[in-house]
Amino acid sequence: MFRLRLPAALVFTAASFSVSIIAPAAEISQGAMLSNSCAACHGTDGNSPGAIPTLHGKSADFIERALKGFRSGERESTVMGRHATGYSDEEIALIADYFAGLK
Amino acid sequence: MNSINRRQFIQLLGGGSVLASSIGLVACSKQPAASGRVVIIGGGFGGATCAKYLQRFDPDLDITLVEPKQKFVTCPFSNLVLGGLREMDSISHTYDAHTKRGIKVVHSLAREIDPAGKKVHLADGKTLEYDRLVVSPGIDFRWEDIEGMSPGDAEKLPHAWNGGPQTVTLRNQLTAMPDGGTVIIAPPANPFRCPPGPYERASMVANYLKQNKPRSKILILDAKTKFSKQPLFMQGWEQLYGDMIEWVSGDAGGRISRVDIAGKTLYNELGEGHAGSVVNFIPPQKAGKIAHDAGLVDSSGWCPVDQRNFASTLHPDIHVIGDASLAGAMPKSGFAANSQGKVCAAAIVSALHNTTMPEPSYVNTCYSLVGPDYGISVAAVYRYAEDQGIYKVDGSGGVSPAEADAEFRQKEARYTRGWYASITSDTWG
Repeated sequence: MFRLRLPAALVFTAASFSVSIIAPAAEISQGAMLSNSCAACHGTDGNSPGAIPTLHGKSADFIERALKGFRSGERESTVMGRHATGYSDEEIALIADYFAGLK
Repeated sequence: MNSINRRQFIQLLGGGSVLASSIGLVACSKQPAASGRVVIIGGGFGGATCAKYLQRFDPDLDITLVEPKQKFVTCPFSNLVLGGLREMDSISHTYDAHTKRGIKVVHSLAREIDPAGKKVHLADGKTLEYDRLVVSPGIDFRWEDIEGMSPGDAEKLPHAWNGGPQTVTLRNQLTAMPDGGTVIIAPPANPFRCPPGPYERASMVANYLKQNKPRSKILILDAKTKFSKQPLFMQGWEQLYGDMIEWVSGDAGGRISRVDIAGKTLYNELGEGHAGSVVNFIPPQKAGKIAHDAGLVDSSGWCPVDQRNFASTLHPDIHVIGDASLAGAMPKSGFAANSQGKVCAAAIVSALHNTTMPEPSYVNTCYSLVGPDYGISVAAVYRYAEDQGIYKVDGSGGVSPAEADAEFRQKEARYTRGWYASITSDTWG
């Protein structure tokens, strides 16, 4: 791994340092896990390049109401009713907050 | 992995300037600063998505994507090329976006995996070392199960079940065939890549024939006794193409066991032959070659994995995603592979950083075009449980309604195209 000729002890500490100096990647949130699966239709980060509605920039309230409406059937859809039924209230809130929180 | 934390290390150093500058040198050099080395074999929906999301989750990762092709031609929407609705260019995708993200894209073939040494040997002679390996090799064909056919025959009888040159060959055969001819499509037994694919193919070919060679027929000789979205497809076929498409079930003589390449004839188990002007025999399938070579498959021919993180149950440092994996209730589809690529990326980054992996959530949607303005879909949301692996969430999912008006089908056709734009940008963009 290291090409520099350093005393063995130093190489050991350097190796430890090189790992710990990196700010550990923030834990991947449950909201990210749930929301990333939406990207296959709605585009990465909800930026849709085609006919499917964009989620990026929508408010948490909008997304939450839409998903709950699809789930109950009050809001008409082609496929979203079949997706929204896969998520609990808590999960819908996590998805709504995730997309609303994207820059 | 990290036996001395940063504070302890600084105490250990005690501020010695010579030491510190030496350390600085090491810590700043690029190789050791990476939080881990991940190699991904296969740049399709699974591998390309996994590479992209690994980089998004942890920009410090050293990620290498190994894919022989400069441009990946998708199997999804290749049926639209066959039907004349799309050009090959529009279903071909480069790895430029991956390179821009700092992912190393190596256009070579992974020849051999050394699980003990954690190395991948490439066809170009290079060797890649990894901490984690993701294998997303797609499918290979069980030529051994079919009498009279070998991989070399695919040019004459193209299966076209990988997007690419065979898609063009099959399209050319369709445009060259006479009006009044028969197109035979022979889908394989389960499990296989893209369960609704053969039937969308029949639809797109029918759309072409209806406009250009209206006296022609399509004969589907199926190894199965039922198929994905069957009532919806059959309803659409009748509505759009009358009696142009005939489907023969596996238990009614549809199951093919022998192929006569020169005579373009398929023989079923009873010895009955069906000759066609164009014959599209889609062979039975198994996991991609390198999965077999690396000992990642079980007796089913597919790769058993821990369905929570896609770690191989045979080689735990190697993850297998996409069509090659045994992924519980999920179908073998590009969409499923994309979804699995993200879950696998989250699992790898969580493991390398020793953080808690979020509970996996997976999705699949398979859109199919029955006609240019007639789309249907099947969808589901999936979760993981230790005792049952990946399962469909109760109450979620299902197929498009049987009773739907033309506007609904038209909307789903529009969303089919929207989906393709989105998933290909999510995977390669």
